[in-house]
Amino acid sequence: MKEVPLDYGLLLAGILFVLGLISVLIRRNIIFMLISVEIMLNAAGLAFIVAGSRWQQAEGQVMFIFILTMAAAEVSVGLALILQIYHQIKTLDSDAANKMKE
Amino acid sequence: MELIFYIASAIAVGSTVMVITRYNLIHALLYLVVSFLAIAIVFFVLGAPFVAVLEVIVYAGAIVVLIIFVIMMLNLKAEAVDQERRWLSVEIFIGPAILSVVLLGELGYYILLSGTTGIGMHQVDARAVGMSLYGPYVIGVELSGILLMAGIVGAYHLGRQKKKVVHRFLEKVEE
Amino acid sequence: MKELLWLIPILPFAGALILIVVGTKLSNSKVAVVGVGSVGLSALITILIGIDFLSSSPYKSIDQVLWTWIDVESFKPTIAFHLDSLSLIFIFVITFVGFLIHIYSTEFMAQDEGFARFFAYLNLFVGSMLILVLADNLLLMYLGWEGVGLCSYLLIGFWYQEEKNGYAARKAFIVTRVGDTAMAIGLFMLFQIFNTLNIQEIAIQAPLAWNVGSPVAIMIALLLLGGAVGKSAQLPLQTWLPDAMAGPSPVSALIHAATMVTAGVYLIARTHIIFELAPIAQVMVGVIGAVTLLLAGFSALTQYDLKRVLAYSTISQIGYMFLALGVGAWSAAIFHFVIHAFFKALLFLGAGAIIMLLHHEHDMFKMGGLRAKLPVIYWTFLIGSASLAAIPLVTAGFYSKDQILWLAWAGEKGNIWFFLAALMGAFITSVYTFRMVFVTFFGQEKTHVAHPPGKSMTTPLVVLAILATVGGFIELPHTFGHVTLFSNFLTPVLSSVEVKHDAESAEWIVQIVAAVVSLSGVYLAYFFYVKRPELPDKIKSFIPSLYQLWHSGWGFDALYNFILVKPFVFLAEINKRDIVDQIYGALVSVVNGFNLVLTFTQSGMIRWYIMGIVLGAIVILTIGLLV
Repeated sequence: MKEVPLDYGLLLAGILFVLGLISVLIRRNIIFMLISVEIMLNAAGLAFIVAGSRWQQAEGQVMFIFILTMAAAEVSVGLALILQIYHQIKTLDSDAANKMKE
Repeated sequence: MELIFYIASAIAVGSTVMVITRYNLIHALLYLVVSFLAIAIVFFVLGAPFVAVLEVIVYAGAIVVLIIFVIMMLNLKAEAVDQERRWLSVEIFIGPAILSVVLLGELGYYILLSGTTGIGMHQVDARAVGMSLYGPYVIGVELSGILLMAGIVGAYHLGRQKKKVVHRFLEKVEE
Repeated sequence: MKELLWLIPILPFAGALILIVVGTKLSNSKVAVVGVGSVGLSALITILIGIDFLSSSPYKSIDQVLWTWIDVESFKPTIAFHLDSLSLIFIFVITFVGFLIHIYSTEFMAQDEGFARFFAYLNLFVGSMLILVLADNLLLMYLGWEGVGLCSYLLIGFWYQEEKNGYAARKAFIVTRVGDTAMAIGLFMLFQIFNTLNIQEIAIQAPLAWNVGSPVAIMIALLLLGGAVGKSAQLPLQTWLPDAMAGPSPVSALIHAATMVTAGVYLIARTHIIFELAPIAQVMVGVIGAVTLLLAGFSALTQYDLKRVLAYSTISQIGYMFLALGVGAWSAAIFHFVIHAFFKALLFLGAGAIIMLLHHEHDMFKMGGLRAKLPVIYWTFLIGSASLAAIPLVTAGFYSKDQILWLAWAGEKGNIWFFLAALMGAFITSVYTFRMVFVTFFGQEKTHVAHPPGKSMTTPLVVLAILATVGGFIELPHTFGHVTLFSNFLTPVLSSVEVKHDAESAEWIVQIVAAVVSLSGVYLAYFFYVKRPELPDKIKSFIPSLYQLWHSGWGFDALYNFILVKPFVFLAEINKRDIVDQIYGALVSVVNGFNLVLTFTQSGMIRWYIMGIVLGAIVILTIGLLV
């Protein structure tokens, strides 16, 4: 059984992270942006798991669990905000929610 | 096992690309579930079965379901897809893509620079994770609990359908 | 008794403090008790200390060190009082005349809503003036000097609701500031040379450090003279005093006649050692005095505002004191100061009473015929005027002025020109004085008198009138009684003047000439203003420009306006947008510019913000790569 190189695991995390980032940048729909943020968070968690496996320590997984917790809280609050925004400005366009500019 | 890692990785990347290019939200979410499942396999391969299960339950399960619920509540019609198509033009892609490729290039350079070592496929089981969580990281657990509590309260507060209590600035703009 | 010395200046200060803090809540009668009482107590202590002082033989000066004011290296001025015969005379005049004027003010200001404020300022003034004359070092003296300047400003502008009063107050403050600056520089130089500002130590060290005529001594003496000239309204800084009459009459009497304006005389007398080492500066003092007394006398001839006549007369009389200082007749100057304080305060108080009773009518040509209506004021005013005009034998003014006239000629440093100027001045003085008396009290009644003055107003007048008469008998000339109580008293502090040998026999002649001159001045006034009242107008129309020149005080106001005020206003106009401010303004606009640029980045579009974060991450990673 050959070992998976550490680089490849980290590279996978990096690729997923950048894909999520691209999505955040190009999307105007707030729900899509939220999904993209989930992808990025997941990629960050993946990097922790890879590192934890490399050193065979539990800490990587502990960190992943914390990220998971945070993601869950963030999604619940984020979705509530999306609902609220949709009720207020009747659209999911993030560029329309720029009233705080002035 | 190595092969499984590569295949799962390829599926994760591929489905993520599909997520970010879909016009329809539900389609995107389905690909997202695929992506999460593929990553769960990667976790399993890397010797973290506990978090692999968590990934499936929380990410692919709870979070995606939550999003789907919200989409249902918003009651989006077919025009939402058209709108998404209009918004997602090629010229919008270019700038972020260049930036992100540069960022990825630098990340990759850093990762490959550190030299390659194998990942020992040694399993770190749930017991070890639990010992660690409720040992040195118990304060983190407590804080996570508070965070979740805050999330619940915040979501409840924000998600309430208030009748006509809008923010004063927003109301002013509406007039 | 002498331990109580510190109480003399402290009591008026305490009175001022009480009135400032709670004055507006007290009734007028309580304010009067505090205001008058504090000065009265000071006067009482002064008299007790004075008796103590007189009974010691030889006169022992009292030093009282309260505390060290500032302690920086060798610079250690103390809050300390020095009482010798010179300062005793001054504090006696200040507290006693001040007390009388305070009593007078209780009635004069009774209807004024600023009653408490008035007494607070007045007490503050008396305290500052006492500090000035009691200070044992020049810095503390400077504190009192500026303190009285401040009170003068506050009291001239007491009725600040009227714009011209505020203007007069500012004018007085700024003009005297010119002199004060010169004096401050003089003090700096003194400290640099002697490393102390203690007056007694300087008096001991100065003759050792300088020869007679040393340039540094002349420099310092001239700078001190600058301060004295500003405070005492002498040429060329005299322009503020006539305008200072905008203040209430008791203020004019106390500050601008009896006490503050003579601070310059005190300063020169106090530092006479320096002036003796700088003969040129001393001659300057005499010349300034002689010229001022003539110029102010001519101006007084043409004024029709009762108080302005007295103001010019004050300038002129202080000119006499300066003349006396200039010829080294120190005690004659101080003697004239005392007598002048009595009769000029009396005249101002009388004038104030008349003006008040005639519904604030200042123009004396609209008065007339007050002799019968206001007998007490008439008689006291007449006594004061007689003293001012130096009517021979019976008035105190005669003895003090005669001494100056005599010494201006016969004194060691005197000369015929000083004498002639003083004699001319004496003639003009009696003309304008009796012009004032005749115009005000004789002839037809032109304005109705509101009501007779009360006791609080007439009592000080009577007391001052008595003093203005008998005050002269403490110093009688050689030829007539030869009493030298006053000059003997001052001898330990101020050296007596040497008389030229060949002139001694001429004293009789001088006295007779002076008497004739003053009486003929009275007659001239009588002739012009009682017998032939149409004549003055004819003369006026004959030489209108000269009349105008005198009336405006020789055009000094216009001159200063032209050479100082106008250019300054012009420069201020140019620099309206302060050049220094522009630098900071530029800084502000640069920051504003950056702000403007940065606001473009705040588009409200969240994707742009994320783009910013990504760019930042790239930059940081790139730096990491390069380093």
